[in-house]
Amino acid sequence: MKNKYSIFSLIKNAFSYHENWEKAWKDPEPKKEYDAIIVGGGGHGLATAYYLAKKHNMKNIAVVEKGWIGGGNTGRNTTIIRSNYLWDASAGLYDHALKIWEGLSQELNYNVMFSQRGVMNLAHNLQDVRDLKRRTHANRLNGIDAVYLNTEEVKKFCPIINTSQDIRYPVLGGTLQRRAGTARHDAVAWGYARGADEMGVDIIQNCEVKGIKRNGDTVEGIETTKGFIKTKKIGVVAAGHSSVIANMAGLKLPLESKPLQALVSEPVKPIIDTVVMSNAVHAYVSQSDKGELVIGAGTDDYVSYSQKGSHDIVEGTLNAILELYPIFSRMRMLRQWGGIVDICPDASPIISKTSIKGLYFNCGWGTGGFKATPGSGDLFAHTIANDEPHKLNAAFNINRFVSGDLVDEHGAAAVAH
Amino acid sequence: MFLINCPFCGEREQSEFKAGGEAHIVRPKQPTELSDDEWAEYLFMRKNIKGIQFERWNHVHGCRKWFNMVRDTSNDQIKAVYKMGEKPPVK
Repeated sequence: MKNKYSIFSLIKNAFSYHENWEKAWKDPEPKKEYDAIIVGGGGHGLATAYYLAKKHNMKNIAVVEKGWIGGGNTGRNTTIIRSNYLWDASAGLYDHALKIWEGLSQELNYNVMFSQRGVMNLAHNLQDVRDLKRRTHANRLNGIDAVYLNTEEVKKFCPIINTSQDIRYPVLGGTLQRRAGTARHDAVAWGYARGADEMGVDIIQNCEVKGIKRNGDTVEGIETTKGFIKTKKIGVVAAGHSSVIANMAGLKLPLESKPLQALVSEPVKPIIDTVVMSNAVHAYVSQSDKGELVIGAGTDDYVSYSQKGSHDIVEGTLNAILELYPIFSRMRMLRQWGGIVDICPDASPIISKTSIKGLYFNCGWGTGGFKATPGSGDLFAHTIANDEPHKLNAAFNINRFVSGDLVDEHGAAAVAH
Repeated sequence: MFLINCPFCGEREQSEFKAGGEAHIVRPKQPTELSDDEWAEYLFMRKNIKGIQFERWNHVHGCRKWFNMVRDTSNDQIKAVYKMGEKPPVK
């Protein structure tokens, strides 16, 4: 049993100069066989392992990660959490996640710094206004909090926004989801890893999957850089590298992997206490607890696994940021980076069984996966444990690309994906 | 960002171009005879290769012509550029 984190454990460890904290998770070598293996030690993969152990009593399982846990897109995103999606299926999925976020720090005994500071989405033209109003109504019908704000109300909620009607893309209004916000992305991975480890899950780092062994239409195990590991169930949560793993199993997925960039500024005093996103000019900004502005840019349009994006994408985003927030004109940017995101044609994820027995995929989250981490893990664990989807992820099956029953969030969601 | 050697205009910045996805996906000759699985394969399924990929590009802010490219998607190095209808110069 792990020591519970509390004010008392903090005081106790202060006496030994914080040098005797126990490790949050072990670093085991792989066993010969597991009941299930999760490929990918990001937030979604670790959450999947956590819920498999916790809700489905599958304790003899492992998470294999080619680098270190949380070192991929989990540590590269802009930490925004919201559930204001247009379609019913998406609303169900993302609000399921948001509800888990609301109690996650307590459940994990790990502070994920979930902050419901609100997310505002801006409208810059008449069509934006119509779309955002429609989405507000759809959200409320699905029990998701949403309000439409006019220009004055936008200015009141976030005073530093330039609401002059003379700029190239003036602010005509916006939507606000007050339950939305941000969380500390690393802490989510670490918290789930610690929780899963406590229940006996092996978290195996520096272990890259090199092949998937099949016997006909059934999986038998994975070839890794640490040898062959036998298993009957493989859950792949490999984000940008999902197609690479799928190719090993002889599957093709409807995905394209593209670089998505983000950047942070030098830290400054609190200046923006919410998250503001703009679809039309593609810029969004929030401020981290350290004081850095966290700015999200767009994806490049070509397939790349290089974790580098184009400079003009960043330039376009910063142009938009400066027009909307002239106060930032002399801010200096501290860091810029890229992550590889796997995008589905309908910009909705896949949480699904496949044509191969025992092989499951959780992928296609594109540019918006972080917000769904707890819900995604919960539903994927359900799908793996029962070999059947939960009703909340039934619509996100891989066969929708054959049946045509797409969940078309492209352009329908609050921001472009 | 990288430079692309347009077969019609010469070397230009990548920001002048638009990526058109995987190349050499042939449109079915008899669309009415396709099963749903075959349609899905044609419309949606992609190799999405990490490594050498064949793809289409359009010089959208230049000559606006389409052409093909061979590129290593793991490091964005371009191996070859060739015109539509031509055979790829590398394997």
